[in-house]
Amino acid sequence: MSQVVYMANQIARNFAAQGEAAAVAQTAQHIREFWDPRMIAAILAVDPEVLSDTARAAVRQLTPDP
Amino acid sequence: MGYEPQADFGTPEVTGGPDVTLTVDGRAVTVPAGTSVMRAAALSGGAIPKLCASDNLAAFGSCRLCLVEIDGLRGTPASCTTPVAQGMAVHTQTPRLEKLRRGVMELYISDHPLDCLTCSANNDCELQDAAAQVGLRDVRYGYAGENHLDAMADVSNPYFDFDPSKCIACSRCVRACEEVQGTFALTIDGRGFASKVSAGQASDDFLASECVSCGACVQACPTATLNEKAVTAIGKPERAVVTTCAYCGVGCTFRAELKGEQLVRMVPWKDGKANHGHSCVKGRFAWGYANHQDRILAPMIRETIDQPWREVSWDEALRYTADRLNAIKAQYGARALGGITSSRCTNEEAYLVQKLVRAGFGSNNVDTCARVCHSPTGYGLKTTFGTSAGTQDFDSVMDADVIMVIGANPTDAHPVFASQMKRRLRQGAKMIVIDPRRIDLVRSPHVQAQHHLALQPGTNVAVLTAMAHVIVTEALADEDFVRERCDWDEYQDWARFVADARHSPEVLEAVTRVPAAELRAAARLFATGGNGAIYYGLGVTEHSQGSSTVMAIANLAMVTGNVGRRGVGVNPLRGQNNVQGSCDMGSFPHELSGYRHISDASTRALFEADWGVALDPEPGLRIPNMLDAAVEGSFRALYVQGEDILQSDPNTHHVAAGLAAMDLVIVHDLFLNETANYAHVFLPGSTFLEKNGTFTNAERRIQLVRKVMEPANGFEDWEVTQKVAKAMGLDWDYAHPAEIMAEIARLTPSFAGVSHERLDREGSLQWPVNEAHPDGSPIMHVDGFVRGKGRFVVTDYVPTDEKTGPRFPLLLTTGRILSQYNVGAQTRRTDNVVWHEEDVLEIHPTDAENRGIVTGDLVRLASRTGETTLRALVTDRVAPGVVYTTFHHPGTQANVVTTEFSDWATNCPEYKVTAVQVSLSNGPSEWQERYAEQAAHSRRIEAEPAE
Repeated sequence: MSQVVYMANQIARNFAAQGEAAAVAQTAQHIREFWDPRMIAAILAVDPEVLSDTARAAVRQLTPDP
Repeated sequence: MGYEPQADFGTPEVTGGPDVTLTVDGRAVTVPAGTSVMRAAALSGGAIPKLCASDNLAAFGSCRLCLVEIDGLRGTPASCTTPVAQGMAVHTQTPRLEKLRRGVMELYISDHPLDCLTCSANNDCELQDAAAQVGLRDVRYGYAGENHLDAMADVSNPYFDFDPSKCIACSRCVRACEEVQGTFALTIDGRGFASKVSAGQASDDFLASECVSCGACVQACPTATLNEKAVTAIGKPERAVVTTCAYCGVGCTFRAELKGEQLVRMVPWKDGKANHGHSCVKGRFAWGYANHQDRILAPMIRETIDQPWREVSWDEALRYTADRLNAIKAQYGARALGGITSSRCTNEEAYLVQKLVRAGFGSNNVDTCARVCHSPTGYGLKTTFGTSAGTQDFDSVMDADVIMVIGANPTDAHPVFASQMKRRLRQGAKMIVIDPRRIDLVRSPHVQAQHHLALQPGTNVAVLTAMAHVIVTEALADEDFVRERCDWDEYQDWARFVADARHSPEVLEAVTRVPAAELRAAARLFATGGNGAIYYGLGVTEHSQGSSTVMAIANLAMVTGNVGRRGVGVNPLRGQNNVQGSCDMGSFPHELSGYRHISDASTRALFEADWGVALDPEPGLRIPNMLDAAVEGSFRALYVQGEDILQSDPNTHHVAAGLAAMDLVIVHDLFLNETANYAHVFLPGSTFLEKNGTFTNAERRIQLVRKVMEPANGFEDWEVTQKVAKAMGLDWDYAHPAEIMAEIARLTPSFAGVSHERLDREGSLQWPVNEAHPDGSPIMHVDGFVRGKGRFVVTDYVPTDEKTGPRFPLLLTTGRILSQYNVGAQTRRTDNVVWHEEDVLEIHPTDAENRGIVTGDLVRLASRTGETTLRALVTDRVAPGVVYTTFHHPGTQANVVTTEFSDWATNCPEYKVTAVQVSLSNGPSEWQERYAEQAAHSRRIEAEPAE
């Protein structure tokens, strides 16, 4: 598993106690706030199946750096 | 300044009492009630002779030299133990007093070697001064009687000698050890004429005793009985410069005392707001690295890391550096370049490095060593309180009733603050320690924690949630505080969460291994014991849930109403001297100075207008991400100022692979450190003694670093960074760090009122310093949280993915030791090695016995990541199943073993939890042998400059 996949799943898992909707939004926001564009590009390129449900939903909210 | 001893008013300052006016030799003086006559006399401008008194010690009244006469009182009371009274008329110079004092001095001198001309304290001796003050001209008793003149000196300590022949048995050293340091290592052995100072048992010398070499006794000694070896060797200092220590985050201020350009000693500055005239073995004595033979003073370059280094001129080194940086940028883009700022360098230097990366390199790939220590503090406290910093000043601890220490070992890592904390504990404050190890604060002389929660490493969140469960379910929450100061809806969500039965101490005991009853008692004490103050360290942050733990701590402080006044608060104990400052200066890849996100267009516009460049609006790479990207090929060049990531960062193999993959690694440092083994450019650095600037300590206190001597390498570090910037084509022209601070103040709201001129005048300032807080902010969140309402964050316990199992059944946790500092680059090059010449592995007797290990055995420490060997120390300081070591020595490199698991929010490495196995070994690991060979190969320097 690549490092960005592990990180996305770990972030999602730590937001899980907030409830699913909040966890998805906060995971996406966290990635936007703290990740370098190439890391975002890398997570957008992975097979979504390797992501947890929350992380997958969060990644869907991300957009690549123009 | 020239050389003058620091003023000593004889007895401690008294505050708060009503004013009392008296006369001393006819001079009127007004002081607070409770002040001693001695102090009042000193404040009035008259000095009463004294030997056993010092204003950092309680009055003792033993030397009988400070006698005075007071109208209406019989006899000649000791002025140090006599409090002032309204209307009192004190006489310090009368024929009767002169006769008495002379008689006392005669007795002292009759048992004192009269070798003043060859004594190391000649002309800097209080006994000499007192003899002159009383006009001693003769000693009627002669020198033929019994005396101590042949007593043998104890020279065992590497930094100071103890010569009992010169001792006047004033007990100042013993009292300093007790009252100032709190170690109780010294005592007066014997009675009457047989009285002598003793370090521990009669068979102990200073080195073998419990003495921690803080220097308090040396400073207290009025004669040459306890004196620095450097003073003996070099002589009395001639001048002094006040500056700030470059070791831990306490930020002690010192008088650097010099003879000519040679540093003689560092003496703690009594007016220092963080240390109040106290010190530890590192700041006081361990400065010899500044002139160590390993220091590199000339720039060096090489094309590839398998070549030897080649010494070159500064011009050639800078041209080479700039050309390669520009070429890599042209070929791979700005985001292929980055830098690391140093928590050992000044604010101004950290600011310039991040400016070089953002404005010169054109990326936001800047990070700092806080990544591997307190980055979760930044995230957690900003999220909950609104500011990435601790809430209190150090003095606040003197108003605490319950002190909770979590994942910190202050007596080793923040010793000067630990002494203050112990002083408060001796006054009666209660203590809760949450730590897998039995640190000294659990039980040491005159200190006994009420509760030691020896949790399983990695379960901080579970313990703190269980404490919150007790507070909420037993109705111990301060709801008035929460309703007034915090978001009530978020509080209710959080309270419901922690009140769930699955978070009870009884349920979580299976995870935490903390007995539920003990945890309940600790929670009750914290909630009901008065002012509750929380102090924490890297045992909180260096976990996969480091940020969650910081937020759980903040929750606990809020729910008990322990924020916003003296004696309470959340206090991160910062590891390095300028961790707070380097973070403040915009060293994180997502933030500009003052913790403002890079994506904020208005903040970015401020900097763009000032710097004249467009900034990348996207966050950059953190250190571990830089290494990942280097291995993947998209990150090519790194400028590292004053850090040694190969030794300090986790999974050494991966760090090495990342560095080796880069086209250009620039190391700017004092020494060819471990990271330099992978470098192409070495730029010599300057020590804190050789530069101007500021450090910001753990209490947000900004203090001046003053140049004590010229840089041996030719330039201060900020000048070197500026030269790199200029060589790259940037139009920088700072003439002094004061100008850099002016820019920081201009662009950073929390620093708006900070300037070098003001710091020089006022001594220090605690940010924020701005229109709302013109004199700074010793305590934060006084009238409300910076973010508005305090935010309760639900912090669910998520177990680490680092699991023990049959192959790796033990948990390794790492930490620090008193005598060494961080990667040891400085302290390993001092005599501090006598206390810690190698890293050792602490292992519980049961685990040791199961493996046939005894203290001193060489053992193999292996994890899923790697293995190393080191010597074992069998001790019950660690719990069964837990082993502990330090990371001060590159020969051991504990981080070969640590993993890449990290905090979910900040990527702060999980140094504190690694599954390991320990077994007997018969020699260094293969990796250690290979690394030693490679390091030696990499450090070769060509004898002659190449053509």
